Amino acid sequence: MSSVFTLSQAEREKLLLPELVALTEHHRTHSPEYDRLLGALGTVEAKTLADLPWLPVRLFKQHAIKSITEDDVFKVLTSSGTTGDVSRIFLDKEAAGTQQKMLSATMQSVLGPKRLPMLLADTKALFTNRKSFSARGAGVLGMMNFGRDHTFILDEQEKPDPEAVAAFLAKHGGEPFLIFGFTFMAWLYLYELAKEHKLDLSNGILIHSGGWKKLIDQSVDNAEFRRRFKEDTGLTRIHNFYGMVEQIGVIYLEGPDSTGSSAELYCPDHADIIIRDPETWAEQPVGVPGVVEVISTLPKSYPGHVLLTEDLGVVHGIDDGAWPGKRFSILGRLPKAEARGCSDTFGGDK
Amino acid sequence: MSLNDRLKNVFVEALELGEDVDVENLKYRDIEAWDSLGHMTLVAAIEDEFDVQFETEQVIDMSSFKVAVDMLEKLGANA
Repeated sequence: MSSVFTLSQAEREKLLLPELVALTEHHRTHSPEYDRLLGALGTVEAKTLADLPWLPVRLFKQHAIKSITEDDVFKVLTSSGTTGDVSRIFLDKEAAGTQQKMLSATMQSVLGPKRLPMLLADTKALFTNRKSFSARGAGVLGMMNFGRDHTFILDEQEKPDPEAVAAFLAKHGGEPFLIFGFTFMAWLYLYELAKEHKLDLSNGILIHSGGWKKLIDQSVDNAEFRRRFKEDTGLTRIHNFYGMVEQIGVIYLEGPDSTGSSAELYCPDHADIIIRDPETWAEQPVGVPGVVEVISTLPKSYPGHVLLTEDLGVVHGIDDGAWPGKRFSILGRLPKAEARGCSDTFGGDK
Repeated sequence: MSLNDRLKNVFVEALELGEDVDVENLKYRDIEAWDSLGHMTLVAAIEDEFDVQFETEQVIDMSSFKVAVDMLEKLGANA
């Protein structure tokens, strides 16, 4: 199976650094706003990835910053904040293609090239209004490309549909199948349904994202989530992921060896992360939490190649896990962060 | 019926196209019905009609009627 989780940290840095330096120049040339922002920082000589100048992710909520002309704008991605401003990310045709291609390559690293029968821990009602999907609807739809025989576990009235799930499992349960859902939907609906009806999910591969807050309130962390799914449904292949609209084409995926209380994520080959001290902005050593900076070589249409997020994270180890590179966890939002991620589209949980 | 005609019928039924639509020159997102949701319905309908299974890359790359014809021919789907 071809994978995009192959580069050791040294190989990754060697490969990414010149590309990112060139991207920085590219954006300086094509985005006057970006050039002005960097001008204020002075010229930066980057000897390591940590030397690269970053933009706070919030900037994309306040300004329309792009490195393409208005005529070349093919698609505008927006984040899903419930309050406050919304990020606007400008893609030309090439960027939209790259995004699709790299997401697909990343998912195929764990799913293989074939589309698997797919169970969705969500409701058909997501698509009732065809012209305006919620951010959640758009997320689900994007994932549906990786599956076939799509079956929703909630009906159009948003009620669990055990018959539909049982019929799906009768047909597909004996072979590998894909399950996608937002973390709390997978827990509240899929887990409960499977437990109650003693469903066998042992051939499933669960891909989930969206944050743990609602589950932490129920004292369910990543380890407990995995333990209960394994014990009560047989499901063991579980991959949490982390990503944001401001960083196109990148998802940080939980590896097959994750057992800790927080999901342990890895960077695809075209990306990296750095954890910074929120006081000094120096890079934190392994094991010390800080602010997450995300890096990727994909954004050419907007200067989003080095971004300081508003999330807290920690690197657990480097080149010491199931996949090479940094092994890290997201620990939550920075206190007082006003900007919101897509996990917050499911109702006011703040 | 030729592969072309069969595929045309699948497009018309899956996307609920009117008679005025020039199916053979249709491209993804040309019309409202062929949006990302319509694409899911369409792919499933083509797979059923021709008894084939597309891989993820093919689903993503199927950007026009003509591309779909090429893919089916390569998969050896016969009329």
